[in-house]
Amino acid sequence: MVQLLGESIQVHLWYSLPLIVVVSIVFGATRHEYLREIIYHATKSFAWLMFFMFVIFILVWWFSRNL
Amino acid sequence: MTRVYYKQPSGVEFEIDLRDPRVAALLAWLWPGAGHFYQRRFLKGFIFMVGILSLFFYGLLIGQGRVVYASFRPNDFRWQYFCQAGFGTPAIFAFVQKLKTDGGGDPLLVLCDRYPPGAIVEGKLVEYDVIPKGSNFSEKRLKDGLMAPPFIVEDPNKNDVLGMWHSAMKQLYDIGTIFTLVAGLLNFLAVYDAFAGPLVPNSAKGRAGGQKQDEPKEDSDS
Repeated sequence: MVQLLGESIQVHLWYSLPLIVVVSIVFGATRHEYLREIIYHATKSFAWLMFFMFVIFILVWWFSRNL
Repeated sequence: MTRVYYKQPSGVEFEIDLRDPRVAALLAWLWPGAGHFYQRRFLKGFIFMVGILSLFFYGLLIGQGRVVYASFRPNDFRWQYFCQAGFGTPAIFAFVQKLKTDGGGDPLLVLCDRYPPGAIVEGKLVEYDVIPKGSNFSEKRLKDGLMAPPFIVEDPNKNDVLGMWHSAMKQLYDIGTIFTLVAGLLNFLAVYDAFAGPLVPNSAKGRAGGQKQDEPKEDSDS
């Protein structure tokens, strides 16, 4: 799994990073007015999205390990 | 003038002057952040402008200017355009490109020329390949335009310019599409924010903000 994760990061996963960063910041900015609140909200969103993607990665890897 | 009363999670309540929300929403749609600058909400305007524009233009760059276009043909219904249209200026330009090319006309801002269907050069089939600069190929050329729809054929089993784009860019075409699509969707949120203030859940009204009212113009500076 570690090898698969490493290969995925090398090939495609880097493209998800700017996407997640911008989505987190813009989403935070639509819900708050001040920088401190926006950054706090964006940090939480970023962590949650990364965790969610990692869980999906584990599930996909688990179901496809014998293919 | 419209004012929105908003309470921070810390409990501090403050007021946002949305000025004319319709003008702000229109400006925000045309250019991310412009509506917030109009409302003098400079921090959020800066965040929306940098975030959404960088995402959109990065997607457009890795998609080589071809991932945003308007096409509603049976074999090429570009549903992604409706999401990308959250950013108004390129959406309008893409629609102009569609109108320009609908009748077989050439697009604005040509990116490259391509050989037409069935073109043979030096005994080799070269249809839809890019014509090198300086070539004296004299037949009618197909043209790729910035945000212009590609040439497609009715038979989905045959190659066409759209197929050439996918073949040349591979997964970057889809990644570029996703980037521009998400940027458009995010700008819909920014437009709403310019029109009605921060997106506070209804359940939080009266507790964490979201109360809104119209007031006559009172202050000389607003």
